[in-house]
Amino acid sequence: MYEVEDLVKNLSLKYGRSRRSLMPILQGIVEKHNYLTDEVMVEVAKALDISAAEVYGTASFYTFLDTQVRGKYVIRVCKTITCSMKGKGEIMQTIEEMLKIRPGETTPDRMFSLLETNCIGWCHKAPAMLINEMPYTELTSEKVVEILKSYMKTK
Amino acid sequence: MENKGLNKVGLIFENIDPKEVLTKAFKMTRDEIIQQVLDSGLKGRGGAGFPTGMKWKFTAAEKDPEKYIVCNADEGEPGTFKDREILDRVAYKVYGGMAIAGHTIGAKEGYVYLRGEYKFLLPKLMKELDDFHKMIDEIGYDFRIHYRMGSGAYICGEESALFESIEGFRGEPRNKPPYPTTSGVFCKPTSINNVETLVTVMMIIRDGAESYVRLGTKDSRGSKVFSISGDTPTPGIFELELGMTVQEFVKEFGDGDTKAVQVGGASGFCVPRKKFENTIIGFEGVPTGGSMKLFNSSRSMYNVLHNYLDFFTEESCGQCTPCRVGCQQLLKGVEKVKKGEVKSTYLNELVKLADTMKIASKCGLGQSVGNAFRTIVENFREEIIY
Ligand SMILES: Cc1cc2nc3c(=O)[nH]c(=O)nc-3n(C[C@H](O)[C@H](O)[C@H](O)COP(=O)(O)O)c2cc1C
Ligand code: SF4
Repeated sequence: MYEVEDLVKNLSLKYGRSRRSLMPILQGIVEKHNYLTDEVMVEVAKALDISAAEVYGTASFYTFLDTQVRGKYVIRVCKTITCSMKGKGEIMQTIEEMLKIRPGETTPDRMFSLLETNCIGWCHKAPAMLINEMPYTELTSEKVVEILKSYMKTK
Repeated sequence: MENKGLNKVGLIFENIDPKEVLTKAFKMTRDEIIQQVLDSGLKGRGGAGFPTGMKWKFTAAEKDPEKYIVCNADEGEPGTFKDREILDRVAYKVYGGMAIAGHTIGAKEGYVYLRGEYKFLLPKLMKELDDFHKMIDEIGYDFRIHYRMGSGAYICGEESALFESIEGFRGEPRNKPPYPTTSGVFCKPTSINNVETLVTVMMIIRDGAESYVRLGTKDSRGSKVFSISGDTPTPGIFELELGMTVQEFVKEFGDGDTKAVQVGGASGFCVPRKKFENTIIGFEGVPTGGSMKLFNSSRSMYNVLHNYLDFFTEESCGQCTPCRVGCQQLLKGVEKVKKGEVKSTYLNELVKLADTMKIASKCGLGQSVGNAFRTIVENFREEIIY
């Protein structure tokens, strides 16, 4: 497990200790550690001097501030209408088969999580997905396999 | 009417000398700028279409010494992707528009709220922001812009939800009034404008309102950046003069078999083929924040509607009952009709529910679910039932 206290301390030094720093701090934690543990949320609450329920309440509102275990690479495949019309189903199937996980699940080695997401703004290059913050567009099964292989190499 | 093809415009993406435009703007008085923007007829490009000049006038009139300009770059409406392209290509014009707005309303600070999905752009945008800050320092003008990131909530594009999010809270829309112009971010007078709106102001200041009003129609002045996707041979981002009919649009962008165009995304309107000819894209007909999706006859409009309802059910902030429960019931309802579990007349009940949501919901999300619902159900009833 990571050094919760240090991380929260550094982030609150960078963004400040007021309520308006909450989102950037939580985003900073997710950027480094993929999701928010109970432990880290309690630590953030202490740093900002607000209740842990406030921190959890805010975090749980936002899809990208995950409070469940997520892998190092979170794959979010767009399921909104254009991607859906242009082959999102096939893309999901390819990823599921390759990683042997279902939507919402994380691989046992905690490398990948697979999720579906709403419109990510690449409809003109559908189907599209995000891996962490990187967008990948005009996907085909072959392309997805190559992309995932390149991530697997970075282990 | 003779069809001479659509007028492609290049205002938004044109590279300009920002220093020249800003120097000009800073020499103008508040009232002069407000008058130019009013004369241009510019209406907000984020979807709601409120006259930008009025918004600035109201914010400028507030006495509070602390005011803000917020740039809405949350761009979550399905089928909209033009703000990303604008930021990617001409961010300095967005920053320039914010500085002009700041000068006009009396704000020394601005925020850009960028959706989390576009985070990959942030390093580049920040670098350009540094350059921008250097440039306005050279001009000798005091103004600073900050970035705030979204985290995957569509509702945070709604202005008051966006403020809540910047302040570190759940993105739940506030009651209105008070409107942002009196109480916006940090409960201070705020002008919130879409990315494209701000760039358009830069061009209006450079060229003058007289030049801008030459484009478009009485109710829809100027040009607009469209995000075009779906069944089209040429998906992408196009800046077009306002005032065209859906027919003219489809002639240029359709694949020869277009049966419907969804104008304005999931919260917009579905226009079926028989109405292409008489429907104008703009405030006199169907307004749009830029999202244009074409569907050809191979597509099931049931799937389209189902997809939109699924979207709204997930993205409703859940704060008010008409929207939270309404979205779920509409989704379940069309599924039941499709499966034959209820009579097809049940659809009429669902349309009534959508109408009630329009009146009873707290914010624009719940209020606009009925737009797509009604127009798809009315025009493609058989596809929903069978
Ligand atoms: C659910 C919902 C989502 C919205 N999303 C956006 C958005 O992503 N971008 C945007 O500019 N406006 C969005 N709006 C409209 C804003 O509330 C606001 O009207 C707009 O930012 C004002 O800028 P404008 O006058 O320049 O258009 C949304 C409204 C609602 C109700
Ligand atoms: S209409 Fe929907 S999104 Fe808007 S406040 Fe109510 S529940 Fe939230």
